[in-house]
Parts: sequence; structure tokens; C-alpha cells
Amino acid sequence: MTQQHVNRRDFLKRTAASAAAVTLAAPAIAQNTDGRVVVVGGGFAGASCARALKRIDPKISVTLVEASHTFTACPFSNAVIAGLRDLKQQQFDYKKLEGPINVTFEPATRVDTDARTVIIGDAARLPYDRLVLAPGIDIRWDGLPGYDEAAAARMPHAWRAGEQTLLLRKQLEAMDDGGLVVISAPANPFRCPPGPYERASLIAHYLKTRKPKSKLIILDAKDAFSKQGLFLAAWKELYPELIEWVPLSKGGRVTAVDPKSNTLTTEFGSHKAAVANVIPPQKAARIAEAAGVADKTGWCPIDPVTFESKLAPNIHVIGDACIAGGMPKSAFAGNSQAKGCAAALAKLLNGEKPDEPKLINTCYSLVSPDYGISVAGVYTPVNGQWTDVKGAGGVSPAKAPRSDRALEANFANGWFKTITEEAFG
Amino acid sequence: MRPNHCLAALVILCASATSASAIDVAPAGAAACSGCHPASRAVETPFTRLTGRPAAEIVTAMQEFRGGQRPATVMDRIAKGFSDDEIKAIATWYARQKD
Repeated sequence: MTQQHVNRRDFLKRTAASAAAVTLAAPAIAQNTDGRVVVVGGGFAGASCARALKRIDPKISVTLVEASHTFTACPFSNAVIAGLRDLKQQQFDYKKLEGPINVTFEPATRVDTDARTVIIGDAARLPYDRLVLAPGIDIRWDGLPGYDEAAAARMPHAWRAGEQTLLLRKQLEAMDDGGLVVISAPANPFRCPPGPYERASLIAHYLKTRKPKSKLIILDAKDAFSKQGLFLAAWKELYPELIEWVPLSKGGRVTAVDPKSNTLTTEFGSHKAAVANVIPPQKAARIAEAAGVADKTGWCPIDPVTFESKLAPNIHVIGDACIAGGMPKSAFAGNSQAKGCAAALAKLLNGEKPDEPKLINTCYSLVSPDYGISVAGVYTPVNGQWTDVKGAGGVSPAKAPRSDRALEANFANGWFKTITEEAFG
Repeated sequence: MRPNHCLAALVILCASATSASAIDVAPAGAAACSGCHPASRAVETPFTRLTGRPAAEIVTAMQEFRGGQRPATVMDRIAKGFSDDEIKAIATWYARQKD
């Protein structure tokens, strides 16, 4: 048995090595490393991938390219908006990564795929054997009539955490009791599928506590959403009459916005808001397009085993920017993909065949500070696409005691501590 | 003497099996666990640490989560995505990991 195992592995190693000999860059061998990997983007996916690479194979030279010295996490930023948490608790730096990983604080502007080089800042060039793009999302500023960068200063999206998060919080704090809050939720796919509904929940919690005469409307471009049954039941229980969800089929899709009058227009009418939170359509961040790895949808098709782009060789895309089939665009998924991609890269750079992977996602949402719900999934590649393992995963039970909801809220907090420690701590 | 010989032969075989791969990659599914179950002792969370835990403990827990015999919030849903062999490989790998 053991002997067979050795033979099989040796065989795989030999065949993979001969195939990889063509693609493995010679300079890497000359420098006595197992290869050079450049990771662009220092979010949950990028930072986790850089670290996992070093952990699996310390001989791989890893450079992380990130424009900002401070990372502001989106998960739990809805609690900041609702005044339950400080923005500082969302912020992390890269000091603990520096050393084993070369961290470069410059924006990646271009990728020269022929020369296998990333251009950072004005002109500096970073050569790679394998490039990992984990750039996250950009707002589609052409995706919703009336909604441009100037409009976002009046009607915040708060879908990239930081100043926008604080702006939405300040607007809610300044609003009179009895005001109307409107959230516009986009069509799929977008970052954090349950996010708009967790946000509605926590804003409702704030309104119920501080401004009980107010109301919240969700104008939705969809007829169904993540953890829908659980959210709707919890809203009925916790925030009766406070939240109104308007689905696509009831005219929920926002077709235009007017920042001057703070008005959102749908096919059925218009809503003048005291506070308007416009969550607009999104796409993979700009560098993905510049590298030629984004398709017509704006997102990046990948091979599920290696996360290598289907459009450009030696470029791997992870996190919110990639098309990961059944996996949602979440921090957990990004971190999970990062470790899978790192394992595949280490194998490839050592001339071995990557293993068939399996990944997990778990997304917690808070309906109130002590009321948590979750959705989980286990995924494996089927026909070139990340696919749910049948019989596994799903959402929290519809009928569960409040003590279980409190447990899940506690787990949500624990998850945030674990994942941020793994990526940045 | 004989058992020792066998042991020595086994050690050599195992060593060569390991040296066939230059790197220690976690088995399918294992790396995703540390999204919740912290690898670092610096984190205080309600999640069980898996690093260095006896493999048999992890196997039993996963099988009971999967079969519904152990109370769970989310692990019952996750455990159903893994076969006995996959669970065993994950457990063995975590048992081997050090801080």
C-alpha cells in the first residue's frame, strides 16, 4: 500500500514536473527560491493567501501589493453604522506580515502578462512567476442613472468600509425621529449577499431604540435574497411595522436616483428619503480589467482547482473579484479560497499536481446584537465550477430557541476575531 | 528484532513517501476550518482549537455532528459535506500541527 503510494506520487511528480518545466521561470531557480508570487490586494483573500503561501512553502518569495496602509473590514461594519461598534475595531495594518512577506504600499496599475510583470505606482516593475489578484470590488459608477461619485457623498453606498461607513452613521444620527430610511439593494451577484438585510436589521435596531417613529424601506432589484425566511421572520418578531421589503416583482428595482432631492425612483414610483443608502451594482476592481482577466460580466472566470484565470495564464484570481460558482462573495469565502489557491500554487511551483480541493463558507448575520443567523456551504469543483456538496450546508433552522440565536451571535463575533487574526494578527 | 526491522522499514517508507512532496499541504477541506477555529493561541473565541488535538476526538466529533447526535448550530450542516476518509485525513493533519 505504502509502496504503491510512493510510486503514484513519484509518477505524478515526474509528469507534473515535465509539464511545469515549460512554465516555471528560470530566474526563480537561479535565486534559490521555489518561485516568486506577487499578490495584489491586502484584504481577507490577499493577506490570507500571502501568509498561507509562506506557511506552506517558506522558499516561495511573496510580495504583497496594497495601496493602503490600513485595511478597513466590511464584516461587522453594519454594526458601526448602527452605532454599536467603533470603526477602529474594523481596522488592521500589515506590520505583522512584513518581514517574511515583502509588503509594498503602492497601487498596482497595470499587468504586463507577456513579461509576467506587475507595474506598481508610476513605473516600478515587479516580476512574478505566478500572480494572485485579490482586488475586491469596484462600484459600477455607470450602473445606476444619477449615481456617481459625487452622489455617493450625499447617498452613501457604504459598501467599501471606511469614510462611507461613517457618513451613513452620521446621517442616521442627524436624522429626526420619524424619518424615512431607504436602502437600495442590487441584483446578483454582489459583495456579501446577506449584507443589505443585516444592515436593514441593525439600522432598525438603532431606530427602534433611538428614533421609534421612523421607518425603513428596502427597495430590492431581486425577488429573493440570502437567509430570506430567517430575516423576514426575525423582522416580524423584533421590528414589526418598522421594515418594509419591496421585491422586484412589486416594483422594488431602483432605476434612477437624484442626490439633490435624496429621491430614489422605481418603475412604480419614487421615494424621498431622509437617509438614502444606495448599494449600487458592482464589478471586480479595476486591476482585474487592466490585467485582462475580467469578462463581459465584470467578474473573473477561473479554474476552480487552481484559481487560475480562464482568460490569462499564470494569473490567479481569488475573493470577491472571481466567479466562484456557488460560493458567495464573502470574507470567509475569500479566506477559504486564499488558502486553497496558496496550496495549489505551492504545488505548481514545486512541479507537483495540485490536489482536488474542497472549501467551506460560513456567513453570519446579526439581526440584533444578540440575535445571529448563519448560512453555510461546502463546495467542490464539478464541471469546472465551484459547486455545493449536496446534502450539506444551508441556513440556521427556522424554528430555534432565542438561546441558539444568541449562540450564533456569539460565534459571529468569534469568527471575526479568528479570521482577522489569521489574515492580519 | 523482527518488529524493529519492520518498524525501521516502515519509517524509511514513510520518509520516502513524504519526501516525494517537498511541501506539506493540508488535505481537502482542512485549511478552511481555521476561518473559525483559530490556529493562533492569541485569539480568544468560543470555537474549539483543532491544532494538536487528538485525531480520534476530531473524528468522533465530526461523525456525531454529521449524524445529528451532537448538538450544533452550524457544524451539523458543515460535517454533512465530508466523507469518513476526508474527516480522517483532516483530523490526522490537525493532530500533527503544532502552534
